[in-house]
Amino acid sequence: MTRRELLKLSPLLLLGGFAVPTLRDRLLDAGVAWSDTASAAVFRRDHGAPVFADTDVVPFERFPYNGYDVLEPAIDFDDWALTVGGAVTLAGRYSLDQIRALPKVTQNTRHVCVEGWDAIGRFGGSRLADFLDLVGANPHARFITVTCADDYYESLDMATARQPQSLLCYEMYDRPLDRGHGAPLRLQLPTKLGYKQAKYLTTITVTDVLPARRSYWGDQGYSWYGGL
Amino acid sequence: MTTIDTHPGPAFEHPWAVRFCHWSNAVAMTILTLSGLRIFSAFPSFGSKIPQHDLIEAVPQAVTLGGWLGGALQWHFTFMWIFGIGGGLYLISQLASGHYRTVVFARRDISGVWPMARHYFLFGPKPAATGQYNPLQKLAYTSALLLGTLSLLTGVVMYKPAQLSTLGAVFGGYHGARLVHFLAMCGLLAFIPGHLMMVALHGWDNFTSMLTGWKRRPEYEPQRSER
Repeated sequence: MTRRELLKLSPLLLLGGFAVPTLRDRLLDAGVAWSDTASAAVFRRDHGAPVFADTDVVPFERFPYNGYDVLEPAIDFDDWALTVGGAVTLAGRYSLDQIRALPKVTQNTRHVCVEGWDAIGRFGGSRLADFLDLVGANPHARFITVTCADDYYESLDMATARQPQSLLCYEMYDRPLDRGHGAPLRLQLPTKLGYKQAKYLTTITVTDVLPARRSYWGDQGYSWYGGL
Repeated sequence: MTTIDTHPGPAFEHPWAVRFCHWSNAVAMTILTLSGLRIFSAFPSFGSKIPQHDLIEAVPQAVTLGGWLGGALQWHFTFMWIFGIGGGLYLISQLASGHYRTVVFARRDISGVWPMARHYFLFGPKPAATGQYNPLQKLAYTSALLLGTLSLLTGVVMYKPAQLSTLGAVFGGYHGARLVHFLAMCGLLAFIPGHLMMVALHGWDNFTSMLTGWKRRPEYEPQRSER
């Protein structure tokens, strides 16, 4: 009787798999992948991230600079353009003025870092969704990938890319984006962690297949989805 | 009152779901605590980033898991599911079986807390056992259940502060949830030394009952109807 009751606990031994090094890495990868799948499933494009009053915004000097390498990578601002490719009808180079010509959105949203700190900032830019329409992105494409002047790279699910608060950001605190925050153009995504919000953008590609190098931090072990 | 020294027959104390969830949650909570402390090390503060006032220079590596922030997050994001499923299964089984009545601290237990605390801490007389758990145990277990629920809710809010902004507002958003999440962990950690000491004091028969379900020599008259 007691032995049978004890045997009923045997499924718990499966947790021992986490003690086996080769198995552990695969189990943890599966755990993060499953969390990403669940995160994408609960994402609601029409449910915006919280927006805040001007009085809740942290002063500009107290909004952290966070870079993975250098804060001022070499960029030729006079010749800068965003190179668009992949599943779009109008591939090519897009100037900052062309991006600025799209309807402008200004929003006070919370920037959440994977490290655990957060800061409410004021951001301005064009909706990524509007830009994707401008370049004729395939409406059924699944992802966008971006590369940056500092060799950073990222990718996004299309649901997040088309969420109305997802910006091609060129302003912070009503002034042009400064160099440390990603001038001339960065992603500003209130529904993603900070490391998904790539700075110093140089290219955007619309695609159905993620490349091997899909996310600078994601490739090193952070969640690829990184959704809030 | 004196303790009745005539031990009644064996009692089946812990149904399968209780034992299974007890051990899966023990593993999950250990891993969540260790990896959580490594995650906390990345920003050991509840204030702003600028200026940053750290509460501690660094959490000792020995009580952390994952090696680096990314590794710790992998453990945390994997075992949050195991903890959530174990906790959910426990609550459902307790509610469905009615077994929760033996655990949940109720109004009638209030008067029994002080005599029991006096027995444990001040060597007062031992109150007669009337059920599977005494009032002080019920208070401790009920608090732990609430703290576990709180840590899960605040964890989910921190994980999805945008999607769950309505629930998040209850805890003061991402920032508040992070603080409550940490305090809930502290509360659960405070529960463990007392719990382990009681297990040690009550001996092998009590310990194995959480493995097999059966206690050979309960201190109270078992309810035959339960099994």
